[in-house]
Amino acid sequence: MKLVIKNGTVIDPSQKLNAKKDILVEDGKIKKIGTINENITTTIDAKGLIVTPGFIDMHTHLREPGEEHKETIRTGSEAAARGGFTTIVCMANTNPVNDNAYVTQFIKLKSKTDSHINIYPIGALSKGMRGEELSEIGSLKEAGCVGISDDGNPVMNSYLMRKALDYCRHFHLPIISHCEDHYLKGKGMINEGLHSTILGLRGNPSASEEIMVARDIALAHLTKAHVHLAHISTEAAVRLIADAKKRRVPVTCEVTPHHLFLTDEAVKNYDTHFKMAPPLRSSKDCIALKRALKENIIDAFATDHAPHSTLEKNIEFEEAAFGVIGLETALSITFKLVKEKVLTLSQWVEKWTLRPAQILNLPKGTLKIGADADITLFNPTQKIKINKETFKSKSRNTPFHGWNVEGNVCYTIVGGKVVYAYKN
Amino acid sequence: MGKLLDKKVNPKHILGMHDLSRPDILSILALAKKFKNTPKAPTQAFSHKTVVNLFFEPSTRTRSSFEIATKRLGASSINITSSSSSTIKGETLIDTAKNLEAMNPDVIIIRHFSSGAPYVLSQVLKTPIINAGDGFHEHPTQALLDMMTIEEAKGKISGLTVLIVGDIAHSRVARSNIYGLQKMGAKIIVCGPPTLIPPDIQKLHVGVSHSLKEVVSKADVIMMLRIQEERQDRIQFPSKREYIKYFGLTLDTLKQAKKDVIIMHPGPLNRGVEIASEVADGPYSVILNQVTNGVVVRMALLSMLMKAGKIE
Repeated sequence: MKLVIKNGTVIDPSQKLNAKKDILVEDGKIKKIGTINENITTTIDAKGLIVTPGFIDMHTHLREPGEEHKETIRTGSEAAARGGFTTIVCMANTNPVNDNAYVTQFIKLKSKTDSHINIYPIGALSKGMRGEELSEIGSLKEAGCVGISDDGNPVMNSYLMRKALDYCRHFHLPIISHCEDHYLKGKGMINEGLHSTILGLRGNPSASEEIMVARDIALAHLTKAHVHLAHISTEAAVRLIADAKKRRVPVTCEVTPHHLFLTDEAVKNYDTHFKMAPPLRSSKDCIALKRALKENIIDAFATDHAPHSTLEKNIEFEEAAFGVIGLETALSITFKLVKEKVLTLSQWVEKWTLRPAQILNLPKGTLKIGADADITLFNPTQKIKINKETFKSKSRNTPFHGWNVEGNVCYTIVGGKVVYAYKN
Repeated sequence: MGKLLDKKVNPKHILGMHDLSRPDILSILALAKKFKNTPKAPTQAFSHKTVVNLFFEPSTRTRSSFEIATKRLGASSINITSSSSSTIKGETLIDTAKNLEAMNPDVIIIRHFSSGAPYVLSQVLKTPIINAGDGFHEHPTQALLDMMTIEEAKGKISGLTVLIVGDIAHSRVARSNIYGLQKMGAKIIVCGPPTLIPPDIQKLHVGVSHSLKEVVSKADVIMMLRIQEERQDRIQFPSKREYIKYFGLTLDTLKQAKKDVIIMHPGPLNRGVEIASEVADGPYSVILNQVTNGVVVRMALLSMLMKAGKIE
């Protein structure tokens, strides 16, 4: 089985490639990059398109098992394919929690039958994500988990976090940390400041993130184990991370599209599509996050795709669930950074491909000869209007509905197979 | 009366003082005054109208005030009380309200413990809504009756300094009064322990003080807020005793106040806590006038909305 992608601009940061080239795929692997003159029946004309390693979302919530009315492995993977992702990494806060090998095996098995893209699970750090006892981290890794996290429930017990880091170091597993001080956050649900005051909603100050970022950096330094800081949202957190990286502390971090392009001002009128944790911050924070991406202080993008149905969202703001979906909008939204000249095209690709793969030790994110033929084709000039009614995801809780954006996914190819093709 | 009744307030729902303009406020207050000066039921034009009181939080004063206002206008009202949220009850707030709307009421009055709940309803209902208090957000009819009371006592609002004392962070009365009184030209100072002053409130152009004694002399109006014991833990302030020491309004504190100061309180009073009995019952107090004016302010709003009809 052969496939050739012709005339595209191939951008692969893993081999510092940014040139017009053809790609030959054979038996699901990258066979050759260069000029392909072989006569092959299956040809994709990629003229005017960007051809990259398949995009990786290192932070997705799939809701299966347990909350299949919000998303399933099937619908989540379809949404991912439509969004240009060939690989997604799913968080452990399902029901039951993915805190043991049986749940991991279930997810792997379900992925094989229900998904055309690659799905790697994250295992819970603590049993039941209760923040009390370590889960069986070794068994989780053997079953296929690529990282450990209680995402959604910050690990408040620093002793447990320290021990988890010590333990994970041996298994070469990064710990992904959701940084919010549970006590300082309290019942806070939007950024603390003028807007929380006007709306009469309890605030969640930036300091709740910064305290935990500082703690996790200290623990990474102490244990020499890798901490990956999820969905960073504040300027001061960026400063702490920049300093830690200078000191060669093993930390990495990610940022979401919504924290880059939205502020707490969007919450006015109590629109629950702007309610998530950590909350949307100020425009000053957005500017700092963009600069940190440019300076590679922030390593990667991630969606924090968090599906919720109208049952959880179309209600009182204070009662509504935290979280927004992102798989089907993330590439177009973050591509604005290239248009705004914040990032180079290669940087943008790297933060969605090579860096997530490196952070989680995935054999992905590259178009090197012999690698799995996971490829995304992106049209950088196509103008689209984001319409949530067209989503493959089961949920509709996007903050970007109605946005006009430039740049759209054309093809998503996994293991040499086209799993999504844009149809007008 | 007729002419005043034809005036329309700009927002179709009365959700907060934030959305009302100065002309809106002036026409509501003018009509309220008219009602006050016409003691008998002024009109039977509303005898076929129905008002729904949808209360998700206990209330004696506000609910009975709305009920009396409705009855004085010749309309009928029904009361629905509930104490649970969409997530606990199994029926969402929107479903509850849509079911009520299907019975064709003319106005829906809502009080809810959750900030913004009336906003959620305003997106889906065509029946005019009056916010009777939502979480820590707004309580517009309270602010309107406060403004009417101030104007009666002082002859004006513009140029006055209004001191609001207590738990500002968790007070919808404070927020509504800040927006309303500022639009009418008053200057606002909020006063309370730093733990109960919401962040960035100075950006709303209000003065901030943490000592009642230091600012009491500047006030033309002192508005005391109820300390909601049930909402406090011992982290917001150490004890009732220490709260009284710094923020309780006593005769002693009042010695430094202006001779013609007026004292207000939205009720219910915690006698001996935020306000001493002698102050609440003393000559400066206009607390019961507030309650009286509450009825006519609500009559004014209800009649304007019932006249205007459904929102297209």
